[in-house]
Amino acid sequence: MTLIWIIAIFFAGGLLCWAAQFVNRVLIKWIALIAAVANLALVGAAYAEYRNGSAPGDWLIDYTVNWIPSFAIKFHIALDGLSLVLLLLTAFLGVLAVLCSWKEIKERVGFYYFNLLWTLAGITGVFVAMDLFLFYFFWEVMIVPMYFLIAIWGDSNRRYASYKFFIFTQAGGLLMLVSILALFFINHANTGNYTFDFFELQNITLSVAEGRWIMLGFLVAFVIKLPAVPFHSWLPDAHSEAPTAGSLILAGLLLKTGAYGIMRFVITLFPQNSAEIAQWAMLVGVIGIIYGAMLAFAQNDLKRFIAYTSVSHMGFILLGVYSFREMAFDGVVMQMLTHGISTGALFAMAGMIKERLHTREMGNMGGLWTGMPLMGGLALLFAMASLGLPMMGNFIAEFLILVGAYEVNPTLTIIASIGLVFAALYSLRMMQRVFFGPRTTPDRHPEPFLRQGELREGSAHSASAVYDLSAREFTILISLSVAIVILGLFPQPVLDSVNTVVQSLIQKNTP
Amino acid sequence: MNQLVYLVPLFPLIGFLLNGVFRNYLPKNLSGLIGSGAILVSFVISVLLFIEVKNGLVINQTLFDFISVGELSVPFAFQVDQLSSIFLLIITGVGFLIHLYSTAYMHEERAPHFARYFAYLNLFVFSMLLLVLGSNFVIMFIGWEGVGLCSYLLIGYWFKNDSYNNAAKKAFIMNRIGDFGFLIAIFWMILVFGSTNFADVFSKAATMPVGAAALTGITLLLFLGATGKSAQIPLYTWLPDAMAGPTPVSALIHAATMVTAGIYMIARSNVMYTLAPVTQTVVAIIGLATAILAATIALRQFDIKKVLAYSTVSQLGYMFVGLGVGAYTGAVFHVMTHAFFKALLFLGAGSVIHAMHHEQDIRNMGGLKKHLPITHITFLIGCIAIAGIPPLSGFFSKDEILAGAWSVNKIYWVIGVIGAMMTAWYMFRLYATTFLGKFRGTPEQEHHLHESPAAITIPLIILAILSFVGGWIGIPEVILPDAHALEHFLAPVFAKSNELKQAHHIEHSTELMLMTVSVAGALIAAIIAWIKYSRKTDMESRGFGKVLENKWYVDELYDKIIVRPLYATGKFFNRQVEKNLIDWLVNGIGKLVHYGSRQMRWMQSGQVGSYVLLMVLGMLVFFVLQFFIKK
Repeated sequence: MTLIWIIAIFFAGGLLCWAAQFVNRVLIKWIALIAAVANLALVGAAYAEYRNGSAPGDWLIDYTVNWIPSFAIKFHIALDGLSLVLLLLTAFLGVLAVLCSWKEIKERVGFYYFNLLWTLAGITGVFVAMDLFLFYFFWEVMIVPMYFLIAIWGDSNRRYASYKFFIFTQAGGLLMLVSILALFFINHANTGNYTFDFFELQNITLSVAEGRWIMLGFLVAFVIKLPAVPFHSWLPDAHSEAPTAGSLILAGLLLKTGAYGIMRFVITLFPQNSAEIAQWAMLVGVIGIIYGAMLAFAQNDLKRFIAYTSVSHMGFILLGVYSFREMAFDGVVMQMLTHGISTGALFAMAGMIKERLHTREMGNMGGLWTGMPLMGGLALLFAMASLGLPMMGNFIAEFLILVGAYEVNPTLTIIASIGLVFAALYSLRMMQRVFFGPRTTPDRHPEPFLRQGELREGSAHSASAVYDLSAREFTILISLSVAIVILGLFPQPVLDSVNTVVQSLIQKNTP
Repeated sequence: MNQLVYLVPLFPLIGFLLNGVFRNYLPKNLSGLIGSGAILVSFVISVLLFIEVKNGLVINQTLFDFISVGELSVPFAFQVDQLSSIFLLIITGVGFLIHLYSTAYMHEERAPHFARYFAYLNLFVFSMLLLVLGSNFVIMFIGWEGVGLCSYLLIGYWFKNDSYNNAAKKAFIMNRIGDFGFLIAIFWMILVFGSTNFADVFSKAATMPVGAAALTGITLLLFLGATGKSAQIPLYTWLPDAMAGPTPVSALIHAATMVTAGIYMIARSNVMYTLAPVTQTVVAIIGLATAILAATIALRQFDIKKVLAYSTVSQLGYMFVGLGVGAYTGAVFHVMTHAFFKALLFLGAGSVIHAMHHEQDIRNMGGLKKHLPITHITFLIGCIAIAGIPPLSGFFSKDEILAGAWSVNKIYWVIGVIGAMMTAWYMFRLYATTFLGKFRGTPEQEHHLHESPAAITIPLIILAILSFVGGWIGIPEVILPDAHALEHFLAPVFAKSNELKQAHHIEHSTELMLMTVSVAGALIAAIIAWIKYSRKTDMESRGFGKVLENKWYVDELYDKIIVRPLYATGKFFNRQVEKNLIDWLVNGIGKLVHYGSRQMRWMQSGQVGSYVLLMVLGMLVFFVLQFFIKK
């Protein structure tokens, strides 16, 4: 029941927010925050209960009711270790996304939080849906509100960005739908049984050619979402134009649905076909790593820069998944979590800087450390996380992926490791251009938030002056910092949670 | 005692957290106290540990399961043996002196920055301790990257200056290139040995044949890591630039401790290196080449810190020669003596810079002898020690390396001695130009000249004593039989290697002869330089000197062949591939659909007549096609 509660709270919270717009505008934010916090508590409780993962082949939660019986569509949701840790990430970033929007959003607030919570509901659903039609349904639920978030509350070029985002993901989604239907009918032809249920469809037998085409449908949807080069071109636009919380959710969660889809569906349903394309998929991953990094250090727009680092980091997912090694799978899960946290934090910071300076151009920044030592220190932490410094979660993730992949393809792994050198290059360049160097903007408050007292953020004449983090902003960033360091020092609990899932994936994919 | 190992890195970590978190609230003397006190406590514990391992014990402590996946288990565990114990003493001992020194040297900084400085410094010591305490390569790697981060932070400590930031960035990235090699070596190790624990890896490696491909590969990759951290060809150019950091930082990180991490790593993996003769040759040759190259550059530098920086690169080269020829004890010995005299020289230089109000060009100094008596005498001791003149410490360690070089290849020895002569030359050039002759600075500077406070001179005096007597723990067999205490102490660490390698023995008479030649060479070079530069200061380089002053133009070369092409490629991808290809395609498809639908619009005109016409035409086409296909 927990899962249903989580999804229901997001949906209901969203509706309430929208409704509250016509009653009391102050309420809206609080409703959203309470919904998000409640869900974090629920997921936290679920994690405490199930953190040791399930027995092999078993599910922690498995819940089915008939939804549209005439089309054999069931409302089937289930939870295993993989879904569990991703739900934890979703709930965590959900709270932060609400907090990020607290001051930034001033227009159509109710509708904004409606979209925010519905996107989160969609993402939650994607991570637990075990009926393929239901999965597709949640997939759409997460995309449409996100489209609105970008199109309405985005930056100057938001129309272009939101179209691009929508058309890209929708094209992928439709191909996936075709594949789902193909599975549905082939399964019927084989067994005389109409079903969208993932558990049943896992046992389907497909000819090599059938499998190849059907897999491709799924794969295209997921690699667009991931994104893999060359399907990434929606991402820099969407990320840079979206409002802060939008970027946070896009980078932190939406990209992970692509990775999740590949792990959950593609390599589980089509093990042989996946083995066929494994080398190519790893190659695409490595190209993404290098290409994303190269582009990252050619960017001047802070948010575009972070977007390209995402492209680079997501390349590791393909490299890891398609090496079919236990360590690499563990690394992929870690990468989903840690990239969500570290990139989320970077986007949150980009948003905070934008609120102060009204620009995303790194050329107009510089020397911000002087005015914001607190943010500078935290930015440094996340820059280090992003470049894969040990003691941060990202290192564990990339390390495990590379160890696993090295066994399969040393050459590609070595090239991928060059990505780590590039990561240092672009991260330090960002730090230098934004936080170090001579000061280019007047700062109003060289002291951190605790000493400000009377001077609060957002006051009228603070227009382009620099002041350090407010208590709210500090809460957002410090919780992300703590999370990334804990994952870097104690990754083992996560690895234990997903152990059985990874074991079964290994079993399926060992010829 | 055995379970207290974790306390050694714990105190610097606490110091870092206190100073880092409360940097806005701590008064300066308190943050200085926290910073130095933490290291002092660590030093005391290190001494206790040293006494423990002196009796041949090896202490192991596992804190928790760090990563454990399938067969691979990486515990977060520490190991203290004789080798790590020596490094612990150097890091915390010299580290403490430098912290103490910093409290005076950095006194002009504002309180939050002062605390930030000590936070970074403590974080550095913490990472460095992890590096030498880790009982597997992954923990070592954590410390390895951690010290790189701290080095970056401290070089760029004055972050408003962009050229300092560039130096910091350069250091980090060049280190990262080395770390890349280290990382691949770890992957390969896991593949071959299934573990990264020292005990497992080395015992399995010892059973492999000499020259096994995997061993050669792994050791070469590890060595790539070492060239980054320990500033060897081709990755040495960051170290001289790193002098942008505060001088105590240069003394601690870029002379005494961090840059010797590469030597520690290879000495630690000595079994693998002994079994990979190809790698050993590479290590020796790179070390030798670096030693000579850096020494030639040091001959023509005018910045007091730059001379010392190139001298560090050069001395590190000697240590690698030691490792390459299998004289592991000698290399570790030189790490130790070098830590004493190079820290001393840097701190002395700091005292000079402090007295001269941030002047670093030796052409504007001269005659400081009478103004800075303590700095002068301690600096002189440092110079004699590094020049390898007995009975000071540098002589013993350098001699051991050179003797090892002779036993493997006589040419190594010849080149090594030439390098040693250059060392004596540039050090006494530096000494004479700075302290002898007439003062060449401004009258105002002269007016303010004064000896530094006690917090600066006390570390100088202690380090000078150590530089003087530090070599006596390793007196060679030929001079005094059975007096090489260090060799006995380290014997368990290198036992396996000594078993595996064929012993080269040098006759005692030959060894004495070699010693005499190298000491005579160094003495002559030192005396000539002393006489030459105390009379006349060289102000400008001409001809070939110009090339040396410009460091053989290696930086310019790297800039041309690596840095610029890399950025150009990034720009090219951004403009050509991303915008003009991918986005063009994406937008093109969009436009095509748009255009296509606009063209189709005339079909939906709403006039029944045209619909009928189209329908008839369509049917006609259909029939014609049908007809042809049937045929």
